[in-house]
Amino acid sequence: MPSSSPAVVLENLTKQFGRFTALRGVTAEFAPGRMYVIVGDNGAGKTTLLRALAGLVRPTRGRILILGTSDVRAICSQVGYMAHASLLYDELSGMENLRYFARLYDLADTSRCADTMSSVNLDSQLNRPVGQYSQGMRQRLSLARALLNNPQILLLDEPFSNVDANSATQMVGLLAGLRDQGKTMLIVTHQSSLLEGVADEFVQMQNGQIVNRSQRDANQ
Amino acid sequence: MTSIIQATLAKDLRLEWRSKDAINSMLFFALLVVVIFSFAFDPTAEESRRIAGGLIWVALLFAAVVALNQTWARELRNQALEAYRVSPAPANSLFLAKAFGNFVFVAVLELLMTPLFIVFYKLRAIGPAWQLIIVAVLGTWALVVNGTFFGAMSLRTRNREIMLPLLLFPISIPAVLAMVTATTNILTGESPAKFWIVLLAAYDLVFTTACLLLFETVLQAE
Repeated sequence: MPSSSPAVVLENLTKQFGRFTALRGVTAEFAPGRMYVIVGDNGAGKTTLLRALAGLVRPTRGRILILGTSDVRAICSQVGYMAHASLLYDELSGMENLRYFARLYDLADTSRCADTMSSVNLDSQLNRPVGQYSQGMRQRLSLARALLNNPQILLLDEPFSNVDANSATQMVGLLAGLRDQGKTMLIVTHQSSLLEGVADEFVQMQNGQIVNRSQRDANQ
Repeated sequence: MTSIIQATLAKDLRLEWRSKDAINSMLFFALLVVVIFSFAFDPTAEESRRIAGGLIWVALLFAAVVALNQTWARELRNQALEAYRVSPAPANSLFLAKAFGNFVFVAVLELLMTPLFIVFYKLRAIGPAWQLIIVAVLGTWALVVNGTFFGAMSLRTRNREIMLPLLLFPISIPAVLAMVTATTNILTGESPAKFWIVLLAAYDLVFTTACLLLFETVLQAE
């Protein structure tokens, strides 16, 4: 795909849950290889937007194009999704979790799991079940799960919640490195100050709409 | 597809081995039924042969519901099922892995409970006992295939523990009828069980196909 084509296109995206409208005709384009930080109050529609991009909710109206296609199933191996919940099995160790999810992406190479764990500063030899991990460790393992398939598009929902300051700084460094490798990132966070130095654009959402987009000053 | 079925089945068996959520409650429930009914009826060997078919399958049906609820409950913790939904893995691989896993759990229960049934109800088959194995395999599959499907369907409902039996039991009536009658016929030796075994096999075929055709819609439902 030429780099000028947008990685993600939203056309009049609307999502209703009964009478509640979570997304109201969102139209936007997100360029490849950039880090977008989506901010807004609770209930602004940030998580619904991410879930719609991940294919977990179907739009009521409108269209989503990811890497040029609207077929979510066809493109899902190119998308990594980290949700607010960990999406992990508490009774399994970190490595067992990653090995299982690797099989879902047809990745037989176990060294990929170990490398991904190391990239988020987790010890791949750790045999403890995930249920005994600290919240911060779970969060990092959850990020590792999203990175496992080496996706082009990363959708991250509150990646820094309950993560200590040092680990958060390391995660920001990791995400900046991934962006520099050409990955497109849409990050929903209430801790946007952590990403002020590295994000390319801040997207403000309110009442299910994008109300403001501000690019980071290139001189920063 | 086979590799994903294997991986998911291995994961589920490992989770159950570590948590013992399903097998403990299934075993406790089935044991309770056997003991209570043996005290309540105190039947002769002849009476036992007549009622055991119904008793065994009702005990297993109720106990299986516990496992069927657990198999999806563990996917809801930490919303782990969403990780599957966003992956390219086919929906039917998950369905088959879950159904095979539930089959293993219920089969283990049957293996543990059979000696107890024999002792408590003084059972001895007059008809061809080997046919009981066919009835057990087909009957267990009939329970778990629909149970796995309706377990997934009731996943997002508020009272899913109640919803599963409400959905599962009515649709299982033809299978339960076939299982009970075939078992009773084999135990008493009064008439052949062939018709009921064929009916059970046809039931399994029809419902397995229907579940496989519909499961993706159920999995991707919001």
